[in-house]
Amino acid sequence: MSEVSMVVNGREVSGAVEDRTLLVHFLRETLGLTGTHVGCDTSQCGACVVHLDGKAVKSCSVLAAQAAGSEVVTIEGLAPGADLHPVQAAFKENHGLQCGFCTPGMIMAAVDMINRHPGGLDEKTVRAELEGNICRCTGYHNIVKAILAASEAMAKSKKAA
Amino acid sequence: MYQTNYHRASSVDEAAGLLKKADDGKFVSGGMTLIPAMKQRLAAPSDLIDLRHIKDLKGVKVSGKSVTIGAATTHAEVASNADLAKVCPAMCHLAAHIGDPHVRHMGTIGGSVANNDPAADYPAALLALDATVVTNQREIAAADFFTGLFETALNEDEIVTAISFNAPDKCGYAKFPNPASRYAMTGVFVASSGGGVKAAVTGAGDDGVFRSSEVESALSKSFDAAALDGVSVSAGSLMSDIHASADYRANLVVVMAKRAVAAANG
Repeated sequence: MSEVSMVVNGREVSGAVEDRTLLVHFLRETLGLTGTHVGCDTSQCGACVVHLDGKAVKSCSVLAAQAAGSEVVTIEGLAPGADLHPVQAAFKENHGLQCGFCTPGMIMAAVDMINRHPGGLDEKTVRAELEGNICRCTGYHNIVKAILAASEAMAKSKKAA
Repeated sequence: MYQTNYHRASSVDEAAGLLKKADDGKFVSGGMTLIPAMKQRLAAPSDLIDLRHIKDLKGVKVSGKSVTIGAATTHAEVASNADLAKVCPAMCHLAAHIGDPHVRHMGTIGGSVANNDPAADYPAALLALDATVVTNQREIAAADFFTGLFETALNEDEIVTAISFNAPDKCGYAKFPNPASRYAMTGVFVASSGGGVKAAVTGAGDDGVFRSSEVESALSKSFDAAALDGVSVSAGSLMSDIHASADYRANLVVVMAKRAVAAANG
């Protein structure tokens, strides 16, 4: 057992966990943040994607101990208040989900993708960038539409600001 | 996953010391292979020594044609390095197509090279570029480093600290990714310099990465995709598995080599 401390969604947290504890289990079980999902458990599906020091990672393939001292953002920490994050709003608007299981990971991956492409996105890029996220409802079409819409909306609000 | 003890090293010497003290320790860098392998209980090290926070192991240095990539540099960092893109864009292209974006944020060149997965991308680049694997104990030529499936010349307590090479006049990489795992079912890295042509193949050999003499001799005559028309590669030492037969892979070597040369010639 080790005491693991990190900043999650802007809040300093710590917990005593076994060294083999995965980051996703630390988030879900120690902190009760069950928005981050475990889909495949074999590092392929991306339902567990969170941001570690500003970058999208698969939290089922990172130990909590590896993330100690880092900043983590989960789906729960994305929207600053009652209003949805633009990517969440775009998924709602474009019906970018069917069963919703992959959605937290899709949205965290989408925010990371949009951040890494300040010049904007096209459909081909979005589809290639979604390589690490699987939607078993196969609802990719509206997910891609939602990400493109969010990318445009975020670029516009940046210009306005 | 079985129990393990996690240690974070802040220097290479500290990491080597921690491993010596451990029963059955392992170094972990990005962990994108090791952690999933531990989850499946295919690996069960008593101790994990984390190299990811050692500052000396990070970053890409380019000076003229000379390139040094720190072992803890992530695939995403290699892919997006502007200096490297100027002298050796094929390396950036290769790094940009390993795994998926989330894996590329964690996985490192040192980890990939030390793991020597027979379907990993970097070993082909290192072999074709005649790269040097720098460790905390010595420098090892790529040709001597990759010794078999998941086997390298590394000693137990030896840590890869950097990869260095001279950028060739031209180079290119093309792979045929497995549609499910996205690992290379066959990938070919070609490099052309004053000293000749080297072509290294990953994902296809039954003993890991290797240089293809058939491809090299054809491209030595003319570094052009057309030079590979009619060239056939022996399937004798290639892998056969549920994804592809050795014959299929032999054909893929030529097809990927053509694409790699076309990419190199831009």
